[in-house]
Amino acid sequence: MGGLGFPILTVVTFFPLVGVLILLFVDKGSKRVLRWTAFVTTVVEFLLSLPLYFKFQLGTHHFQFVEKISWIKILGSYYHLGIDGITLFLVLLTTFLTMLSILASWTIDKHVKEYMISFLLLETTMVGVFCSLDLLLFYLFWEAMLVPMYLLIGVWGGPRRVYAAIKFFLYTMAGSVLMLVSIIYLYYHHYKVAGDLTFNLASLLSTPVAASVAPWLFLAFALAFAIKVPMWPFHTWLPDAHVEAPTAGSVILAGVLLKMGTYGFLRFCMPFFPTATLHFSYLFLTLAVISIIYGALVAMVQDDVKKLVAYSSVSHLGTVMLGLFALNLQSVSGGVLQMINHGLSTGALFLLVGMIYDRRHTRLIKEFGGIAKVMPIFATFFMIATFSSIGLPGLNGFIGEFLSLVGAFKTYPVFAVLGTTATVLSAAYMLWMYKRVFFHEVTVEANKELKDLSFREFMIMLMVVIPMFWIGLYPKPVLERMEPSVLNFISQVKGRVSAQKEFSPQGKERVSMAAFIVENKELR
Amino acid sequence: MMVLILAVVLIPLLGATINGLFCWFTKRKAHIIAVPAIAIPAIVSLILLARVLQGERFDQVLYWWIPLGDFRVPIGFLLDELSAIMITTVTFVATWIHVYSIGYMDHETPRGYAKYFCYLNLFVFFMLTLCLANNFLLMFVGWEGVGLCSYLLIGYWYEKASAANAGMKAFVVNRIGDFGFMIGLFLIYKHLGTLLFSQAFASAEQLSVGVATLITLLLFTGATGKSAQIPLYVWLPDAMEGPTPVSSLIHAATMVTAGVYMVARTHALFNMAPLSMEVVASIGAATALMAATMALVNNDLKRILAYSTVSQLGYMFVGVGVGVYAAGIFHLFTHAFFKGLMFLTAGSVMHALHGELNLQKMGGLIKKMPITGWTFVVGALAIAGIPPLAGFWSKDEILAGAFMGGHRIIWAVGTFTAFLTAFYMFRLIFLTFFGEPREKHLYDHAHESPPVMTIPLIVLAVGSAVVGLLALAPHGGIVGFLNRTLGEAHEAAGHEGGLTYILMVISVAMGVAGVVLAYFMYMKRMPDPVAMARNFRPVYTLLYNKYYVDEIYFAFIVNPVVGGSRYALWKFVDVIIIDGAVNGVGRLCRLVGGGLRYIQTGFIPDYAWMILVGAVVIYWIGRLF
Repeated sequence: MGGLGFPILTVVTFFPLVGVLILLFVDKGSKRVLRWTAFVTTVVEFLLSLPLYFKFQLGTHHFQFVEKISWIKILGSYYHLGIDGITLFLVLLTTFLTMLSILASWTIDKHVKEYMISFLLLETTMVGVFCSLDLLLFYLFWEAMLVPMYLLIGVWGGPRRVYAAIKFFLYTMAGSVLMLVSIIYLYYHHYKVAGDLTFNLASLLSTPVAASVAPWLFLAFALAFAIKVPMWPFHTWLPDAHVEAPTAGSVILAGVLLKMGTYGFLRFCMPFFPTATLHFSYLFLTLAVISIIYGALVAMVQDDVKKLVAYSSVSHLGTVMLGLFALNLQSVSGGVLQMINHGLSTGALFLLVGMIYDRRHTRLIKEFGGIAKVMPIFATFFMIATFSSIGLPGLNGFIGEFLSLVGAFKTYPVFAVLGTTATVLSAAYMLWMYKRVFFHEVTVEANKELKDLSFREFMIMLMVVIPMFWIGLYPKPVLERMEPSVLNFISQVKGRVSAQKEFSPQGKERVSMAAFIVENKELR
Repeated sequence: MMVLILAVVLIPLLGATINGLFCWFTKRKAHIIAVPAIAIPAIVSLILLARVLQGERFDQVLYWWIPLGDFRVPIGFLLDELSAIMITTVTFVATWIHVYSIGYMDHETPRGYAKYFCYLNLFVFFMLTLCLANNFLLMFVGWEGVGLCSYLLIGYWYEKASAANAGMKAFVVNRIGDFGFMIGLFLIYKHLGTLLFSQAFASAEQLSVGVATLITLLLFTGATGKSAQIPLYVWLPDAMEGPTPVSSLIHAATMVTAGVYMVARTHALFNMAPLSMEVVASIGAATALMAATMALVNNDLKRILAYSTVSQLGYMFVGVGVGVYAAGIFHLFTHAFFKGLMFLTAGSVMHALHGELNLQKMGGLIKKMPITGWTFVVGALAIAGIPPLAGFWSKDEILAGAFMGGHRIIWAVGTFTAFLTAFYMFRLIFLTFFGEPREKHLYDHAHESPPVMTIPLIVLAVGSAVVGLLALAPHGGIVGFLNRTLGEAHEAAGHEGGLTYILMVISVAMGVAGVVLAYFMYMKRMPDPVAMARNFRPVYTLLYNKYYVDEIYFAFIVNPVVGGSRYALWKFVDVIIIDGAVNGVGRLCRLVGGGLRYIQTGFIPDYAWMILVGAVVIYWIGRLF
């Protein structure tokens, strides 16, 4: 239990359910109580996740705060949780953004109870995804996460919410199904080779897959995660989902859910199939660079601010993927840091877009202009978020972007150079949007009387901005926690390639599904 | 020493923070914080300069900013002859421009006033960071930070569409340069394994000439953005939309010279790459000439000064490009005084004429505003290279360096540009301050600016007059001082006494000729400028429209990219191809499902058959594997 004396990860994972339980007994009509209950739950949850950071042991790549209890014996599945230097920050990001999202959901007025319950359920599943070290458990959380998100988009979304929700669900499911097949294959394959049934991540990792099947399994996993990231050309669900999702839904979708795609590559796809990873690296580097440039160019010409931010995510996540596939310390650390940074900056942008939407019920750029005059505080926060997203040195975005690009340049200079165009393009699309929304004279009558941020909104933005400066000026605490895990990841991929090449696909690796079913029957 | 350096860097940041966070309280009193926040660092800079003069050097890490494996970048500072000169110049000029701003920004709203000083302090903070950084990445922080402040201050009057556009243009164009800069940094890290100046320069000789050339050309790309050289100079004339003290501080005296400073700072790399040096000098000379020609026919007071800045920056690049780094920095130093001064006088004129910038509507103003007028003349004489004013010394060093280094064509271009410079500057002076007033109404309302504005003018005018004499100080003067760190790329083959004097006489003659020609054309109408414009209509139109460069960029770069993104990528690839395919799959599923519905007959025997067939198929599939 990682030296804390109590199962902290279980607490962090399931604490939101306590909130759900309380919410169940609150009257539907008392919206204030519902909101405060949910908010307090997420605040406590965030505070509970802080010891993970402070008690985190430096200098080791081993999983920490590990809990392992037999769960489904007959399948060899364990309730197995643990975090390393990478998931530590993803968990913190999740609890942090969920807290802000609930605070940003004060304006939700429809089915408040169900909304808050969905949100808290979502939090549990998200934390669960990042903490699971058992593939079955992981898959369970992964799939369970879809349901509350689907509801958040489909019930509390915009006019085309149903289309967007279904598109989101089907896109993700299409990938998940292939991933499930691959997980089962790995599970069975491990059983054939090692003779025990387990979904344990480490055990499955230690059983290399035959070179003949590895590429297919790799692609199945990769497809599931590439949709989630999303990489070009699997990205078209994202703008739709974002435009229709409620503000908090977008924050979580961009801030956390997209990271599950990149996390999936990092934790499963690439370490499981190192040879295939290297074999396909040019494909994925190309897709990453296309995502970077394509996302930025399409973002530039959007008429809807939220859609613009959505497309910018495609571009930013492309940088993460570029970093991951370049496979060196700087590039991968930069990529992981960029996952956090994107959560903060894009989360902040979605929060801000939501605030103006609450006031004007439109997000079309041409409906605005001169907002800086009427809402100076709002404009200031928007500018900080904008520059964080552009990657201005001194703010968080720069560190992640620069590290991933400088690292990528070491191994793949051409791809890195192409990826660096993002620095120009992001400035172009963000500042052009900023200019049209905030500068010029106020021309639209409805904008003349807009109120600046309320205290609640001010506090939300203040909280997001602080870590932006912190990571920008003093990223060392983050980097030093991350470094051993990143090195471990690289050695998992690179170190095992040579070992696997000698592994010949003979005899028992060629397995038959029918035999598997039969043998499994015997087990029963 | 670290404490003093931190004081220099952080006090402006403190000032910016106070005015930024508490602009609701400081309001009209913002300058009480902002001016000392620059004046104190200015005094400390002088102390630091004095210590450097005594031979002290300083290079120390404050803390490790990004420590990641072998990629280790600190927040650390380097104080040597070069950075000492830079910070002294920056803080000195900035102090007086802050003082001047008290008068100039008088009409702003209280909060706008505080915001203005906040940005101005913040700018100085980033500029000092840029100059004092001991590694490439921290320098890049300052580099981007000054760009941010420039963006914010150009767009200070953001309700004006032209100001909002100009701010954005400045930032984006700069980012194009930074794209090159960043890749240059990647290459340095890849080949030298460090971004620290001391380590990188010490091991610079390991680089092959090819890599060194690539690195330096990429760094220079960054410089062309920040320092407004061909092909990225287009943002600077538009940047004149900002308040005039900003144009003076950021877009003349300090920020735009960052590119020159950077080339000088990385001279160890440039020395490895003769080709890059050639490129730097050639681009510098071409920019100097081109910008000067655009200034010839313009009627906008501030834009003429902006083109003049571009042109003078070209000179500085000629200096560092031909290997006389110290001369380039010397010109940077003198230019900060006289160009800062000229912008402030332009601001004073605007202040008096309610924002009027058109030369054709002015005239005779020297009677109404003598201090403004005569200080401008001092600045103009300095830039025209008339001895013993500042510009003469530094320009002469550069041209002599070019000639001695064997760059005869560049020398000729530079000398001819000196003639043009003197001409357009005195055209501006005669049209603005002398002759008969052309707009009676404007003239009648004109008045001299208050002392808070004229005192900075006088100070900078005295500076413009005398700082050039530092060239005559003992131990080789300021050039010798700078050469303690910079050295010369190629040991100039001994200053041949006679030749240097001949060159000096030529360049002075060029300056005088320009002044005299301007006098005859604009005071005596011989030849009449209007008739000249008519006779050389195509040339005049081309120059008047700035060679149509902005239009060309829009037609061939901006519009195709935006249009292509909208119609080819978004509307076609995204909406029709990808979403078409996705929705197509959906439709296909529904179609197949609709078809399969017919086998759901509801008859048990049908199902039994199907189960049997299915079982056999599965069995055979199983056998196959």
